[in-house]
Amino acid sequence: MENVNHLEKFQAVIDADSKIEPKDWMPEDYRKHLIRQISQHAHSEVIGMQPEGNWITRAPSLRAKLILLAKIQDEAGHGLYLYSACETLGISREELIEQLHTGKAKYSSIFNYPAVTWADIGAIGWLVDGAAIVNQISLQRTSYGPYSRAMIRICKEESFHQRQGYEIMGKLALGTPEQKEMAQDALNRWWWPSLMMFGPHDTDSPHSGKAMTWRIKRESNDVLRQRFIDKTVQQTEVIGLKIPDDKLKWNETKGVYEHGEIDWEEFNQVINGNGPLNKIRLANHISAHENGAWVREAANAYAAKQKKEVLVA
Amino acid sequence: MSNTKDNQGQLWEVFVQASPGIPHKHSGSVHATDKEMALQNARDLYTRRSEGTSIWVVPSSAIVASAPEDSGMLFDPSNDKPYRHPTFYVMPEGAKNI
Ligand SMILES: [Fe+2]
Ligand SMILES: [Fe+2]
Repeated sequence: MENVNHLEKFQAVIDADSKIEPKDWMPEDYRKHLIRQISQHAHSEVIGMQPEGNWITRAPSLRAKLILLAKIQDEAGHGLYLYSACETLGISREELIEQLHTGKAKYSSIFNYPAVTWADIGAIGWLVDGAAIVNQISLQRTSYGPYSRAMIRICKEESFHQRQGYEIMGKLALGTPEQKEMAQDALNRWWWPSLMMFGPHDTDSPHSGKAMTWRIKRESNDVLRQRFIDKTVQQTEVIGLKIPDDKLKWNETKGVYEHGEIDWEEFNQVINGNGPLNKIRLANHISAHENGAWVREAANAYAAKQKKEVLVA
Repeated sequence: MSNTKDNQGQLWEVFVQASPGIPHKHSGSVHATDKEMALQNARDLYTRRSEGTSIWVVPSSAIVASAPEDSGMLFDPSNDKPYRHPTFYVMPEGAKNI
């Protein structure tokens, strides 16, 4: 039984916009919700390295290659910050990885789409990181201290990710007709999946209720999605591309862009494992993990040997 | 303990000094099997943009932390000692630089 007194105190801390820290009392559901959300976030950062990693050896210049490497390394870092934040809730790194491998934990569906041209690297940075940033800026104010601190650190590093992507798109859009077409094609393919990153509409979002009361989430899916659309339309116009949505139009009275309906059938298909690359993304992660087993064994053996030597000496 | 194949090493807390002369501040944590690896991982993870001039790594298990329920006992008594603060004292009218 959860203590009523504890629960009141907990909610009071949250309502005062203070933070919950790892050793503080928290409802079991709050802990569970956080583990699910933070681990999903961590897995997304790590799996998200795959579509971009695909282009490291084919980057069109040394400058582009260095930038891409630095960006992907940041994403690995983001994954690690988030795993650490999640571990403060009493789950081990080993369990987290196992949950990813068995499919118990999910990652963002966006990374199940392929990066087929160089323009996709531009679209990913501009749109996928752009959408992630809108979400992450909002999460800086999340009620769980370690998660909030990880978000603040991540947001500082993210700003270059979106800019480097937008720079790629802008350059292609100003290039030859073929290059411009390549940029437009990438925008066409990544636009709708980027909008899906914010999750279902508020009216049918299964996890949102308590997440808002507990201030794990600070703003709703639709509010965040709208913010992303409103920012991105102008950026698209500047580089002379067109967002693939005939229903997109400025609503003068509301001061926002209206947009067409999202294909939720596609969204559910990808979430349920039927996206273009679900199996490959997971298989790659599992094989990298298994191929690294000898490194972990060697490191542990070395550590054990050092301990022995200290004892003998 | 989990099997060695999956063991990602123990947890270490990382403290980074951002510039000379200021205190080391907690940055986050890393996994590592020994102290050299902990330092290397901390460098790679927390100072990729020259955020630091010095790093400390400490095994998380070596940190002794106060419990939330003890915070009253530990920190409340100082509330009744306002004379530890400079604003407690009444200065003579017109006195400067004090
Ligand atoms: Fe990231
Ligand atoms: Fe990013």
